[in-house]
Amino acid sequence: MSAAEPLLRVEDLRVEFPSEDGVVHAVDGITYQVFAGRTLGIVGESGSGKTVSSLTALGLTRRQGARISGRILFDGKDLLTLPEDKMRAVRGNDIAMIFQDPLSSLHPLYKVGRQLTEAVRAHRDVSKAVARARAVELLGLVGIPDPARRVDQYPHEFSGGMRQRVMIAMALANEPKLLFADEPTTALDVTVQAQILALMERLQQELGMAIVMITHDLGVVAEMADDIAVMYAGRIVETASAAQLFAAPEHPYTWGLLKSIPRLDAPRDEDLVPIPGTPPSLINPPSGCHFHPRCPYSQPDHERIDPVLEPVPGEPQHHVACLLESGVRRSLWAQLREGSTPQEALAAVGAGEPAA
Amino acid sequence: MSGPESTSTPFGESASELPSVAQATPTTATDGGGDGPLVRVRELVKHFPITRGIIVQRKVGAVQAVDNVSFEITRGETLGLVGETGCGKSTTARLITRLLDATSGEIDFDGQDITRLKGASLKAIRREVQMIFQDPYSSLNPRKTIGSIIGEPFAIHGLLPDKGERKREVQRLMETVGLNPEHYNRYPHEFSGGQRQRIGVARALALAPKLLIADEPVSALDVSIQAQVLNLLRDLQRRFGLTIVFIAHDLSVVRHMCDRVAVMYLGKIVEIGGGDELYRFPRHPYTGALLAAVPHADPSRHGEQRSILGGDVPSPANPPSACRFHTRCPKAQELCSQQEPLLEDKGSGTRVACHFPLTREEATQIGVRSGG
Repeated sequence: MSAAEPLLRVEDLRVEFPSEDGVVHAVDGITYQVFAGRTLGIVGESGSGKTVSSLTALGLTRRQGARISGRILFDGKDLLTLPEDKMRAVRGNDIAMIFQDPLSSLHPLYKVGRQLTEAVRAHRDVSKAVARARAVELLGLVGIPDPARRVDQYPHEFSGGMRQRVMIAMALANEPKLLFADEPTTALDVTVQAQILALMERLQQELGMAIVMITHDLGVVAEMADDIAVMYAGRIVETASAAQLFAAPEHPYTWGLLKSIPRLDAPRDEDLVPIPGTPPSLINPPSGCHFHPRCPYSQPDHERIDPVLEPVPGEPQHHVACLLESGVRRSLWAQLREGSTPQEALAAVGAGEPAA
Repeated sequence: MSGPESTSTPFGESASELPSVAQATPTTATDGGGDGPLVRVRELVKHFPITRGIIVQRKVGAVQAVDNVSFEITRGETLGLVGETGCGKSTTARLITRLLDATSGEIDFDGQDITRLKGASLKAIRREVQMIFQDPYSSLNPRKTIGSIIGEPFAIHGLLPDKGERKREVQRLMETVGLNPEHYNRYPHEFSGGQRQRIGVARALALAPKLLIADEPVSALDVSIQAQVLNLLRDLQRRFGLTIVFIAHDLSVVRHMCDRVAVMYLGKIVEIGGGDELYRFPRHPYTGALLAAVPHADPSRHGEQRSILGGDVPSPANPPSACRFHTRCPKAQELCSQQEPLLEDKGSGTRVACHFPLTREEATQIGVRSGG
């Protein structure tokens, strides 16, 4: 790993869409970075802004009339200032993306081989024969059996898992330095999901690319990501290494996510603790801390003060945007981890000393 | 089928002999039917014909969606049906609800053979079996108030004709599932996904069914909302002693919700047993592969050895011979492609259809990591 220069650095990115009902604040000032050969997991629910921020990095929100501010530095260039034709040279070449639904991302009337050669020839001046040979090679690389025959088949002749492999092959056509994977396994069965995740890990090792993995599935990020950013209502509320985030999460929203999924390695009768309420509107997001209406620990002033993403004391790589005092957070999590409900945790911490 | 459906029109039957629904909420299975299992499915088969031709259709084959499946559902239990896309779990549920007709086999519900019921007697059974669907956006009529959506089962079955009475009952149901009864006159679009799923649950409970079938009830919901609906279902199950068939592809959710679990592969049950036993010590290599594939929300286990099942599910129109899993099974031997294994007890608490079931060491080795 060469020095501490990130491959991608997103700075104070804001994306707003004007709509009939008002301005949608899809991404509300996020900052993150990704290093070569590493995987960043972006976790969030629908409407958290995780997909919009990635589409913006690829220049795909421009034509939707989005108002964009901030900087997206890739290899030293600010992608937001690149003209569309230069952006087109980057997209699909240095930066690629795979989407959740492989069937709607592949053209049903063109053979898989043609779609792959197109991806190659869009960026390389090579003959059709060379591009086709590359297409066969790519299909083999992603583990599709009998690639020389399959290259002449149509998408409908592939199973769901095989189609997702084709999508990955297409994304890898030009050996990108950075791959955005937006819920790449959500539509797949577990055994196929395991195959695809293993494939992505193998390819990352072989090609050394960076991956931004966007998902709602905490299990998938735990398996794949080196670092994790948790998004809520257009903002990043917590970032940490995967190990830190799961061992000592700091944000009440992260706690809520962790306590609301049943886990195979937990006792079977353990109660789930849902997060009350529903994700907020991005047209009128809550004031102050966006999470305060759903947060069991919020204080009256949390609806006025905007929290900033700050380092956690003693953990320079771990950042959290929470107005609770650090000692209180640690005591609360210590209670929750032992199975207390938020109310019990509050009572225990309120009565005792807020120390870990 | 040439059944004379017309002898009793769906709405022409007499509502007079239906019991009063003053207590339309499920009561702990007190009424008749005895102590036997609530549902007994025997050698159930469902084949969907594959046809060629537009004007003259010829049958050229059949998708064997459910093939010779037998199991029982005990009163008051939650039975999980798991398996990958196309394994037949939803088809099995639809056969039990009689939304589909079986090709052959037998379904007993509450001591009565319902496999070929028609007309009024079918409608009577439909009161007893209700469904909750996956997508709370498409399963509610956007033009109806939620009061009339939840009250619709009463209308269909000619119950509670008095408007005030029906409204009171609907509002009681709304309260039961955690909705504000004052929202009686609102429309579905005013509710979030989780609340819509509650509306679906209230509608399913309206007629105090004996059996509730939940087909992927949370997979369309956001993570933070899923737990709300799962807790509601578990709470209702405990309060009213409901019998539930819970269909899901998420194995962690199924483990959390179900007393017993049946694992299906290509139209067959390959393993069935108590949730604890099946998750702790899966015997069928396919069950083991499914459990090993579940990603864990614990990065400290990252890099732990586990085996990944290769290949794809074969076509159900042309399934492999004998044991249908043999083409992907790491333990397969010659016998597996020649002789179909029977579903039987192998001494560890589950019944498994496998000639060479996993040993304890193998189960651990392939990466089954569920806790006690």
